[in-house]
Amino acid sequence: MALLEVRGLSKDFGGLRAIDHLDFHVEEGEIVSVIGPNGAGKTTLFNLITGLFQPDEGEIIFDGHNLVGLRPDQITRLGVARTFQTVRLFFNMTILENVMVGLHGRTRSGILDTILSLPRQREEEEFIRQQAIEALSFFGKRLVGFRLNQPAFVLSYANRRRLEIARAMATGAKLLLLDEPTAGMNPRETLELTELIGRLRDEKGYTIVLIEHDMRVVKGVSDRVVVLDYGRKIAEGDYEEVAHNERVLEAYLGRKAVRSA
Amino acid sequence: MAEIAPVPEKAPVIEDVRLKAPEVSLERAAKLGGVAGIVAVFVSANGMVQAFAERDIISGVLSMGYTLLFLVPLIMAYLAAREPPVLEGFEAPEKGPRNVLAGLIVGALTGLIMAIFVLVASAVDMRRVFINISPQLLELLTFGQGMGGLVFLVGGCLLTGAVGGLMQLAEGRWRRALWGALAWTLLIGLLEVIVAQLFRGLGLGFLSPLFYAGTGGLTPLGTAVVFVLAFLYYWSVVPKVDMWQRRYAHMPAERQRSVRLSLTVAAVLLVAILPQVLGPFVSEVLDLVGIFLLMGLGLNIVVGFAGLLDLGYVAFFAVGAYTTAILTSPASPRWSPEMSFWAALPFVILAAALAGIIVGTPVLRMRGDYLAIVTLGFGEIARLLLLSDWLRPVFGGAQGILKIPTLSIGPIVFRTPVDMFYPIVGFCLVAAYISWKLKNSRIGRAWMAMREDEQVAEAMGVDIVEIKLKAFIVGAVIASFGGALFATKIGSVFPHSFSLLVSITVLVLIIVGGLGNIPGVVVGTLALVGLPELLREFQEYRLLAYGVLLILMMLYRPEGLLPSKQWVRELHEEELMQDAWLKMEEDRRRAQAQAAQGDLPARPEEA
Repeated sequence: MALLEVRGLSKDFGGLRAIDHLDFHVEEGEIVSVIGPNGAGKTTLFNLITGLFQPDEGEIIFDGHNLVGLRPDQITRLGVARTFQTVRLFFNMTILENVMVGLHGRTRSGILDTILSLPRQREEEEFIRQQAIEALSFFGKRLVGFRLNQPAFVLSYANRRRLEIARAMATGAKLLLLDEPTAGMNPRETLELTELIGRLRDEKGYTIVLIEHDMRVVKGVSDRVVVLDYGRKIAEGDYEEVAHNERVLEAYLGRKAVRSA
Repeated sequence: MAEIAPVPEKAPVIEDVRLKAPEVSLERAAKLGGVAGIVAVFVSANGMVQAFAERDIISGVLSMGYTLLFLVPLIMAYLAAREPPVLEGFEAPEKGPRNVLAGLIVGALTGLIMAIFVLVASAVDMRRVFINISPQLLELLTFGQGMGGLVFLVGGCLLTGAVGGLMQLAEGRWRRALWGALAWTLLIGLLEVIVAQLFRGLGLGFLSPLFYAGTGGLTPLGTAVVFVLAFLYYWSVVPKVDMWQRRYAHMPAERQRSVRLSLTVAAVLLVAILPQVLGPFVSEVLDLVGIFLLMGLGLNIVVGFAGLLDLGYVAFFAVGAYTTAILTSPASPRWSPEMSFWAALPFVILAAALAGIIVGTPVLRMRGDYLAIVTLGFGEIARLLLLSDWLRPVFGGAQGILKIPTLSIGPIVFRTPVDMFYPIVGFCLVAAYISWKLKNSRIGRAWMAMREDEQVAEAMGVDIVEIKLKAFIVGAVIASFGGALFATKIGSVFPHSFSLLVSITVLVLIIVGGLGNIPGVVVGTLALVGLPELLREFQEYRLLAYGVLLILMMLYRPEGLLPSKQWVRELHEEELMQDAWLKMEEDRRRAQAQAAQGDLPARPEEA
């Protein structure tokens, strides 16, 4: 059974149908790229899966749970974490704290435990710290060491994106939704991140759905590519199939002019 | 610990292209001079100068009124004479006569505007509208010399303007020491009550007549001593603090612990003897400061940590006070269980938590301005309910509840303000501990995350509803401690003690102190609650001062008086590091220096 199964999903914004009866699934351990021209509904799809928007129709089944109607934090606790297209870190918190927030849903300590400094609470704090550092260590030395206690706004653009992924990893999710993880990166950083997305699956066992515009990244990591246009799925398959699909080319480049005569 | 790259002494310069940073702008000086003139007229016309003239800072030489008046050109001239910030890669202009000239312009314009004001005010009777422009004020402004006194007024403005400009020429350490000494001299001059009492309490009462003239204000000798001592303090002690901190950071953990322990013991001893030495009057003020501090710490959790702007915070203070009153007072109208303070405390906490939920629940989905308005309403509702005839049988209406017993632990009764100081400090410590503990915990991080970006916090698994309610509950409970102490200290509660003004004062003091920072709240409370209590002349202008202070803080120092030092440093370090060009230049310089010394290879770069 698929880890994520989207059936007949629709979402209207006023008169605009952003997602139109979309069916879509992700198997466990798969890396699926969602591509499509601007305004195709890719980010809206992510927002619907993570509960930021409520769908008008359809259902989203993740790991046996229907996500429709759940709050974003409940969905995250079930195991879906995401990054944002426009990097949205907690910029005035330290790098370590950013990732520690990701562990909120996995821990329990309340106000009284904290004030009384119960052993359980102290152990949990230590656990949070350990896990956060572990998530950050996935990116080599970039985000650890003296960086841990610096506010997130000092980071370079690429590091911000990395930190966002680390924060999503810390939630203990099974499924990572990465929204344009390489946007704004230089070619070398892009290459490195492509490799890293592969490692996220191979070493850490995440299932990954990513929205991506850079076709080299899509080609490099995807097991399967889903193409959206006007909220509908217009093609699906491995990269080569999709790349030569007439409808996909049309969506990106426009229709060939038909001679009337 | 990351090594901090030394900042180059001068900005690097590309080859021969020397980019000069703009010099002090005389046009700006003229603008600031105009502003200074208007401010000086304003403080004269609203009566501050005259009201403050009755208190001397230096006996027979300088009154607080003149100080206020002349501080305006002094500070403005100082600001006008400051160079605009030097951008990276530009060469800072040499300091020189131009700085002083800018100061003089400010002084001259202030003097001119003041002179015009005096001339107009003496020709036209404006007292119908501006009741404070009295003949006495004009006499003050002309130094009792008739219109000839205007020379002194303008001369004084020119002189202070020039001094302000000259201050800019002084090298950093001198400048800081001079300003520090000036500020302390003014403060010690004003706070005769405290200092004289301090001498008496320490058994040094014979010193008082040497310092204070007895008619208010310092003696010339006292002034000199205070000025020199403060100067020396800023000159030799303050620059070393940084070094001590660094030395402390390098100490082995065991030494660190012993240093910490001895500092704690010293602080505890100081707090223990403080009220004894300071006597009942100052202790009374300190008690009030403590109660406001308690509320400040509580509101800091709601506003500073969680970012929920609560303008009705006084409601929780009232809940604490009234719950205590009803449960402990024999005069409680409806029901008087006559519990002890400590037996009532758990119920106070419960009542406050409940109040937190009642206020919190309806505003869960609101943000920013909407939240502020709704909580403002709640604060007023609380006060009006206490005042209402409807609930008079329970809360006693406008008559309030009297005969609240004084606080006691076993045989120890906290009767006087001096006694009350200890439990208040105790509660403050508890509140500070709670704040600190929560800040560095899962819950504190969730609050901060919510403050930064509610939607993302939610997407990271933070239950916004739960965490918001928790912030309201903790804030409410801490405020209720303040209310409970207030009730038992005063011995009675009345609805009028819980006005909007209390909410605003608490909010202002945490903003001024530094949102989210616990020592900042302490400083803010001392400055905004303690000082006005000690300077009675000030009371009338309290709100004016709050307003001015808030505007200035928002414009020039939105992070508050005491932001976290570590952050500021890291911020600056990072600015430099991120400027790749400067970094390259710096690396080259370092490599050259090393090549010249012929030792160690360059340190490998941190990724």
